[in-house]
Amino acid sequence: MARILAVSGNEAVAEALRQTNPDVCAAYPITPATELMQRFAAFVSNGQVDTELILVESEHSAMSACIGAAAGGGRVATATSSQGLALMWEMLYIAAGLRLPIIMSVVNRSLSAPLNIHCDHSDAMGARDSGWIQFWSENGQEAYDNTLQAFKIAEHMDIRLPAMVCMDGFIISHSIERVEYLEDSEVKNFVGEYKPFNPLLDIDNPKSFGPLILPDLFHEYKRAQHEVTTKVTDIVLDVANEFEKISGRKYGLFETYRLDDAEIALVILNSAAGTSKDVVDEFRNRGTKAGLLKPRLFRPFPYEEVADALKHLKAICVMDRADSSGGYGPLFLEVSSALYQVKKRPQMINKIYGLGGRDYLPQHAEQVLSELVEIVKTDKVRIVKEYIGVRE
Amino acid sequence: MKPKGWRELPPGAVILEAGNAVEFKTGSWKAFKPVWIEENCIQCLFCWMYCPDMAIKVKDGKRAEYDYDYCKGCGICALECPGKKGQKAIVMVEESR
Repeated sequence: MARILAVSGNEAVAEALRQTNPDVCAAYPITPATELMQRFAAFVSNGQVDTELILVESEHSAMSACIGAAAGGGRVATATSSQGLALMWEMLYIAAGLRLPIIMSVVNRSLSAPLNIHCDHSDAMGARDSGWIQFWSENGQEAYDNTLQAFKIAEHMDIRLPAMVCMDGFIISHSIERVEYLEDSEVKNFVGEYKPFNPLLDIDNPKSFGPLILPDLFHEYKRAQHEVTTKVTDIVLDVANEFEKISGRKYGLFETYRLDDAEIALVILNSAAGTSKDVVDEFRNRGTKAGLLKPRLFRPFPYEEVADALKHLKAICVMDRADSSGGYGPLFLEVSSALYQVKKRPQMINKIYGLGGRDYLPQHAEQVLSELVEIVKTDKVRIVKEYIGVRE
Repeated sequence: MKPKGWRELPPGAVILEAGNAVEFKTGSWKAFKPVWIEENCIQCLFCWMYCPDMAIKVKDGKRAEYDYDYCKGCGICALECPGKKGQKAIVMVEESR
């Protein structure tokens, strides 16, 4: 029997961590981290988990301790945000390169300067190339579900890669919504017992982690790493099927909303997708064939599947809550790369919205969809990249 | 030995066999090499204990000659050597000499 509660995104993910019962959590739970780890620390203090919680002196150390614990042979999880994730940067690559299935909840918050800890995707987008699997979540329910699935995917014996599960800072992390929890026993069965792979603590079979690899082999290791990452999408779908059986909730590589017969569409991550769906409905009511695609798996990015889902459209706007000064938004880059391989492809524009917690409002979605209608009518793109919701 | 292709590598570059440093000769790294002066040696074996690789050979419980194939010239043995009456039993000399 599912339990239905009103909880914040942070509480939902902390509950997922309680139910998966990691062996070790290393964290630096002070701003810009959210209260997620504090919630989990309460479970540790109350003896509700067997986790050893290591409170370290920085986020760099948090990820380092996670790496050590995972190499030792334990199930490991942590959480971070914003500058904290930025400070982990060096260690993120090491976690992925050593093939350690660490699960990290990332509450998306902006990067300084100017100093700001409100919702923004710049933190996780900065970790895009680190070799971590990335899941993005629209609401607390998805963050909870994605966290449970992330354990099973990352720890899969064919994968063994770290995974981060993203949700929007404040908008989701601190807002209370309806969330359906699975029973502890269901989660335990679903995630399964942790199987270590080449653990350091197997002292009868000594091994070394982190050797120097010179130019004669480094290129080969990176090629092998890419190969493993390409196997992720199939396993994500298998795990989603299995998850649907116990939860009734269906997941794919991305969610499509009224997209099949659409002519124009938004591609948008996380909570803003929810706001946009309402506006898509309004446009549909007025007779405009609007739709939406919300990526769930951002790394590895499912290029072919996304291209298949979008190629029939006439115009698309890819919305980015992260910026690359002097470049296009990170999601736009992926979607345009995906569609470049299609002969007849839609017109595309890129809007940067909601940086540093600026509200994304229905009228912003309306403005963008109206511009797409205009692009279809005139077959002309006025400007490729533009900021919306910004004061002139 | 044929170099390995990317499909043959252990995941995460983990070294699965213990003690394989013996396969990697690092003797060519050194700029200074330690020289053992037997007459000043008190057989304390500090050099053997402190050597981070396996450059110090011991035979029948006594200090023997260096195995320079594994000596990177770090100088730790020379530093730790107590010598005899103020005379070091290990000194570092430039490799080119």
